[in-house]
Amino acid sequence: MNASTAIRHGWQKVVGTGVRSDRPIAPDTTHGTILYLEDITVSFDGFKALNALTLYVDVGELRCIIGPNGAGKTTMMDVITGKTRPDAGSAWFGQQLDLLTLTEPEIAEAGIGRKFQKPTVFEQHTVLENLELAAAGNKSIWHTLFKPLTGAQRDRIDQVLETVRLQDRRDFRAGMLSHGQKQWLEIGMLLMQDSQMLLVDEPVAGMTPQEVERTAELLLSLEGQHSVVVVEHDMNFVRSIARKVTVLHEGHVLAEGSMDQVQNDPKVIEVYLGE
Amino acid sequence: MTMRTPLMNLLLGERGTQIFLAVLLVTAIVVPILHLAFDAGSSLHLSSYTMTLIGKYMTYALLAVAVDLVWGYCGILSLGHAAFFALGGYAMGMYLMRQIGPRGVYADPVLPDFMVFLNWKELPWFWYGFDMFWFAALMVVLVPGLLALVFGWLAFRSRVTGVYLSIITQALTYALMLAFFRNDMGFGGNNGLTDFKDILGFNINAPGTRVALFVASAVALGLGYFACRYITLSRAGRVVQAVRDAESRTRFIGYRVESYKLWIFAFSAVLAGIAGALYVPQVGIINPSEFQPINSIEIVIWVAVGGRGTLYGAVAGAVLVNYAKSYFTAAVPEFWLYALGALFVLVTLFLPRGVVGLADRFTPRRREPEPEAVKA
Repeated sequence: MNASTAIRHGWQKVVGTGVRSDRPIAPDTTHGTILYLEDITVSFDGFKALNALTLYVDVGELRCIIGPNGAGKTTMMDVITGKTRPDAGSAWFGQQLDLLTLTEPEIAEAGIGRKFQKPTVFEQHTVLENLELAAAGNKSIWHTLFKPLTGAQRDRIDQVLETVRLQDRRDFRAGMLSHGQKQWLEIGMLLMQDSQMLLVDEPVAGMTPQEVERTAELLLSLEGQHSVVVVEHDMNFVRSIARKVTVLHEGHVLAEGSMDQVQNDPKVIEVYLGE
Repeated sequence: MTMRTPLMNLLLGERGTQIFLAVLLVTAIVVPILHLAFDAGSSLHLSSYTMTLIGKYMTYALLAVAVDLVWGYCGILSLGHAAFFALGGYAMGMYLMRQIGPRGVYADPVLPDFMVFLNWKELPWFWYGFDMFWFAALMVVLVPGLLALVFGWLAFRSRVTGVYLSIITQALTYALMLAFFRNDMGFGGNNGLTDFKDILGFNINAPGTRVALFVASAVALGLGYFACRYITLSRAGRVVQAVRDAESRTRFIGYRVESYKLWIFAFSAVLAGIAGALYVPQVGIINPSEFQPINSIEIVIWVAVGGRGTLYGAVAGAVLVNYAKSYFTAAVPEFWLYALGALFVLVTLFLPRGVVGLADRFTPRRREPEPEAVKA
């Protein structure tokens, strides 16, 4: 890096303009795999939350991850999104992006969106504004201060509103939505970010049966266009959407395969039903 | 209104803003007329004292708007905004000191009186340039702005938030107060800067100059208000409010939260500095007591009383509380601080949205305006 680019970068860092980095911002998925987690180990005070976890997710795949409490599901999400740094192992988004060197916002910008367990929409903003906030594009303060949304961004908002079926709620404050609607809005926000990969943490917890059904439809409709990783306890829900299931136990992968395969796996039965 | 441009919509699309603008316009026009056109004997005459008082309130209102922007919209509870106000005031005060020239008590053509008194032989380097108005005006903006940038950069980068941030902003203003109290700092010690004569060649006590300062305050308040309103209605404004409500979530969806906070904070500091620069020539003095920690807390109380997160609420709060202060400190001075404390407690308990929220409750609800995103 020569002096002038160094100065330019320093300036951009201070004023928050320009692109974040010189790294490619889209993952390279020419080999058909979007996420590579290899030998990831995370320990908290000696307790190994993740123990040499290895997991691959394909492009466009809808993957369910199940496991008992403490199996490391949330820690795994934290590692992927940059919230927790592993003690060992590697995590790649496509073949080019080393997730362990990126910050949380950089990972979000590279295309990994996370939906938390509790719905975390902006309650004081309207549905439309929530989607607008999440819209992919230049997010520097100068840009948001002086430039309106582009036509493409507005079209995308309409499209996403339709996908998550909140068209008639667009001007409602998000705080006034039902629990299920908030979850959908949050998924909609991930779609607005053009996230290639969605991490969805317990999407149907606390939902009515109708809402659960609707959520399953929504996630299935994303399959193919996005890689979706769903962490869920609700077995019926998992059965209704899953193509491929990964069972985590004590920080590593216990079994992987179709729902029927894992359900008949003796190791899984032992963990879930006791000895 | 039949003809409405998008800009008009932006600026006036809210009843509170309309009322604010109307009151500001009427004040800016009527007060100078009452002061200039009627002589002292007339019952319609408005004294210079009253006009200066209203002018002072307007600079306070601008300061309150600045605090509302960072606190009400961005959620940064700054308890140090009086420092930026005072720094702007000092920059203007230094210009006014240099304008005194040989008319000071010691008649030194260059050195202000307090420097002669301290036996200084030369003007300190940081007083250079302040004999030129444009330079002083630049400093009014730059000094508070740069201080806020540096301070904010350090604080926000380390993710200092909430009450910890409030405490270090108090420390900032306290440290500045102690520094400015020192004679060897070269800012007049505890007497501060006073005894001003001219501004831009006009006698600072002449009625015409006072009217000009009054109108300048009104214009600054109006422009500052609309700049803040523009920010809060832009997409950046919605990001800033998202930061207030859920900071880490905003970071997750890809915004550089620190840089948003930093620029809002710095812009707000600049507004506070401008308010201070207009305050000083009207009250005729600036001294280190302006940096007192309690002053910054008072500003927050103005905003809380008026109703935060509305901008016009901040204006209303600043005027109401300061009017009450003028009254109390004249009638029963020893009770003012108790009254202020009680006011804050009552407002927090019973009027979380301030007097503006109270007024809202008694006016018929209109249909919510279409969010900007649709129109933009």
